[in-house]
Amino acid sequence: MDNYLVAMAVFACLYALLALGLNLVWGMAGMINLGLVGFFGLGAYASALATRRGGVPIVGGLVLALALTGVAGAVMAMITARLRGDYLAIITLGFSEVVRLVASNEIWLTNGTDGISGIPGPWRGRVTPGTFNLIFLGVAALVVMLVLAVMQRVRHSPYGRVLRAIRDDDQVAAVAGKHVLRFKVEAFAVSAGVLGVAGALWGHYTSFIAPDVFVPLLTIYVVLALTAGGTGNNWGAVLGAFLVVFFMEGTRFATGWLPGLKAVQVAAVREGLIGISLLIVLRLRPSGLLPERLPRVAS
Amino acid sequence: MSPGEIAQLVVNGLVAGTVLAVPAIGFTAIYAVLRFPNFAVASHATIGAFAGYVVNTALGFSAGAAVVVAFVVAGAAGVLNDHVVLRPLRPAGALTTAIGAVALTIVLENVVRFIFGNDLRGYDLPIQRDWQWGSLRIGPQQVENLGIALVAMIGVFLFLAGTRTGKAMRAVADDPVLAGLKGIDAERVARLTNFGAMGLAGIGGVLLGLDTTIDPLTGFRVILSVFAAAVVGGLGSIPGAVVGALTIGVAEELSLLSLAPSYRTAVGFVAILLVLTLRPRGLLGERAY
Repeated sequence: MDNYLVAMAVFACLYALLALGLNLVWGMAGMINLGLVGFFGLGAYASALATRRGGVPIVGGLVLALALTGVAGAVMAMITARLRGDYLAIITLGFSEVVRLVASNEIWLTNGTDGISGIPGPWRGRVTPGTFNLIFLGVAALVVMLVLAVMQRVRHSPYGRVLRAIRDDDQVAAVAGKHVLRFKVEAFAVSAGVLGVAGALWGHYTSFIAPDVFVPLLTIYVVLALTAGGTGNNWGAVLGAFLVVFFMEGTRFATGWLPGLKAVQVAAVREGLIGISLLIVLRLRPSGLLPERLPRVAS
Repeated sequence: MSPGEIAQLVVNGLVAGTVLAVPAIGFTAIYAVLRFPNFAVASHATIGAFAGYVVNTALGFSAGAAVVVAFVVAGAAGVLNDHVVLRPLRPAGALTTAIGAVALTIVLENVVRFIFGNDLRGYDLPIQRDWQWGSLRIGPQQVENLGIALVAMIGVFLFLAGTRTGKAMRAVADDPVLAGLKGIDAERVARLTNFGAMGLAGIGGVLLGLDTTIDPLTGFRVILSVFAAAVVGGLGSIPGAVVGALTIGVAEELSLLSLAPSYRTAVGFVAILLVLTLRPRGLLGERAY
């Protein structure tokens, strides 16, 4: 039971990273990313392959994941930066499907749908599984705190103010002399990098990744976490991530009590509930539990 | 690769593109009138595919009846879902509505999964021998699908060009404020657009079912090609969606010359990237009609 709780806390930390990454683009800059699971998957595969096949240390894998997903994010933002946000929605959703397609088909590299197993984790095998869990929770919590600190810094800085200006009206930001394109591309690249690191950590924690892990439903989890927590609010992103994990695990137990359902029906109910919750939050409390409060400007 | 084989791929691509045009028109029409990318086209195609499946296998009707039922069921579902789920989100902006549409599509997929399970299902169809002209082969089912898609498309164009309601739709797509001043009821136009567009998505679902098998992810699997068709032709342009779909259909088939068949859907993504880089408004621009 202890191990279970620790594992859930680790997953909550990873969701928190994803929600923080999403918050930078969607919450602060108003750019949508409906394919964040694609960046998450790209990071996971990059780090898993580098450490498992290339013998690179785990930290090297994380850096590679950060760089690769950052570049992918920058390219996508550059292509769509001058267009309406709808195009970014389409292109990111498409990107995540292509990542899954490549992961399923380049068997020589990714082992196809069988996935990659035996991904190294910090001190895995040298300590008991319980201790490994605790170590990893420490690592994940540390990364979350680091990213949270950076994001808070961004939020309260002039840089964050420009991002919010772009979100509210990018023409006004441009008229004020801000290089809108550059801000958009940078924010999207950094956000994608955070998503990639979260994916890399996921692989090092579970030791196994496969294309099935990176389904669109995961994107919905993260959007739900951020929306429920408070779009635009970094603490909200973290809170929302923990709530989503709690909620998902809750439905696991709750659906156990439903009599006479087949396994596939139970799975359908749980997935459906995630979608319905997001729709309810969007409708009834779009600002989330911790609504964004604009930082006070020193006068 | 002989010219004959390439001609065969082009023919297959034109047939596939014509079929793809049906849901692509739906996607782009909703974009033209309501100004947001409605990703729920995917789940409505699935709903249509399963509605047609029930009519065809459990009730024993022909493929033609399945198409009509799929149009009505998916269209009605589209109006209902839009009214209950997406319409209240629209004031929050196009992107929030788009997020809602993704959530909606996941909910609907799981409703289908709850009822029918994850198994692959096939329509009940007679097995027919391919027709052959020289080196070109074409299946009677392909021809039938082509016919259904063409009838649906001609219906759309006649409706938009010839009826008062069609004109009202084009007016709202062109300029919602001006249309409102002329006394056009935007809500009514939105409902009709949803009915027609999601109905077309439903027909698209049946056409997929007639071609292969169906499961709860049927609609989602083609969504990338549908987006690509709409973006390549010009998001919001109905003739553009047709041109885009034919382009994507042929490109996907020709990609078989150098790529594994499983990468067929990636062609759409590459096409989106190319078009957005070189000609962001699409081949025909964004005018609705």
